[in-house]
Amino acid sequence: MDTGIEQVKENPIKEITTYTDSRDILAKARQQADERNFDDIFIADIDAHHTETESWREIIAYIDDPVVRAQAEEMVLHRSGTPPYGLNGDLALRYQDVGGRIPHQAARSEKVDESEIQEAGHRDLVLAKRAYEAMGIDVQVVFPTPMLFLGMHPQFDMEAILGKAYNRWQVENILKKDPKLKTMMFLPFNDPEAALETIEEFGDSPGCVGFMVTSVRYKAVHHNHYMKVYRALEERGLPLGFHAGYYWQDPFMMQINRFGSMHALSFVWCNVVHMTNWIMNGLPERFPGLPVVWIESGLSWVPWLMQRLDHTYLMRSSEAPLLKKLPSEYMKEMFYTCQPLETDHMKAVELTFEMINAKTQLLYASDWPHFDFDTPSVIWDLPFLDEESKLNILGRNAQRLFDFSK
Amino acid sequence: MADLYVGKTEEFEDRDRKIIAQGSLEIGVFHVDGEFYAYENNCVHQGGPACQGKIINRVEEVIHETEKTAHGLKFSETDVHIVCPWHGYEYNVRDGRHPGNKNIRLRPFKVEIKDGEVYVVV
Repeated sequence: MDTGIEQVKENPIKEITTYTDSRDILAKARQQADERNFDDIFIADIDAHHTETESWREIIAYIDDPVVRAQAEEMVLHRSGTPPYGLNGDLALRYQDVGGRIPHQAARSEKVDESEIQEAGHRDLVLAKRAYEAMGIDVQVVFPTPMLFLGMHPQFDMEAILGKAYNRWQVENILKKDPKLKTMMFLPFNDPEAALETIEEFGDSPGCVGFMVTSVRYKAVHHNHYMKVYRALEERGLPLGFHAGYYWQDPFMMQINRFGSMHALSFVWCNVVHMTNWIMNGLPERFPGLPVVWIESGLSWVPWLMQRLDHTYLMRSSEAPLLKKLPSEYMKEMFYTCQPLETDHMKAVELTFEMINAKTQLLYASDWPHFDFDTPSVIWDLPFLDEESKLNILGRNAQRLFDFSK
Repeated sequence: MADLYVGKTEEFEDRDRKIIAQGSLEIGVFHVDGEFYAYENNCVHQGGPACQGKIINRVEEVIHETEKTAHGLKFSETDVHIVCPWHGYEYNVRDGRHPGNKNIRLRPFKVEIKDGEVYVVV
């Protein structure tokens, strides 16, 4: 007999762990996507990650230098107890999952059948698809994870050696196999010559929609060495992204004892410094056709820096003679990824969106699978946005900025 | 108002739970220190599966009573938290509230025990 009352069902997944399927972890994201009809709109995720160390054995096979490659292979095959060869990951990487409270940050050890790997072409692709489909994402820009620290590697040449190997591996194993996945290629910024070679080698690669500088480094972005790099990108119409990160060994950060405190500051500070140099040295005037994207610092820092730089510039314009308008006006022409969107003070969020001209300049980013990831609903549910702005931020702004047909 | 059958009390170990669903409403039913508690499986933060994360005691900081010096961290002997696995929001299992903001609270449901059976009132 049909009573009209839905039966009570028991969800067999009592606790989500590192072994839980991404589709189960993100079941509520799928529900949100269905409720908001995300499958009917274009959503571009401009910052997601894979854990490249899980494929490190494959990646090191692409290292050019035969001696470095032999060392790397020897270590991967026969040595235990140390991080993967060549990487200098920050000690803070051990704290990201809050002591196991956020399992998807710690590891994704979920079951993937061999037949699925064969069909997709790589385990990374199976995991990526499970997540982007759950969230209703149509195009996803993927970045590495521990390699974001390579700008601080004590061996000057390691960033370029590993960066090139990673880029080659990614083209062959990820980008050529899933047209929904794109990247802003890893740019070995400590070595301007290698950076230029990277643009020449990978600029036309499938899935390459721009180039990415890992922001954790002590290199001034206005140094003359970099002008040819910016020129090459501008000529090719390829955006330049600054992907933020943290660095606990930074002298100021070393005063901080808790991961969250350090993360809150350090993930912003690197981009604050680069943005300040970028503006005050007039790089927007020197390269007016080069779009710049600030990635994974959230947004609350931008109005703060706009106010600081405008205030300073108006008193000391002789120190920034290339500027023809206020620093904030240049900043308003740049692009920003939204994640992690600080939504706890909604009036401030609304003002921030107005100050950065979010309607045309803001790009949705999930940062999946990291601990502070944002689903597309975070943008969709903002109470002050009109529908056109939502659609722009979730996908259309990115569609205008990047060539996703590659 | 309706009573949703969850299961027999004997099916719950200490610090155990069940996640039940009726239609789109999902509820986590917890058994901690002999008591039952129920909350909607929907994190206040981003709608994550707050009832499917770790059950873990609240972390406290050890501060000397008069000198106010810090002496490390310890787990609370009384306060038990449930943690949303999406982003780590923590809620006290006894009242569903976040430790830093009492207004951030999981939607609670009344639990009734009848003849050794657990029901949630919705």
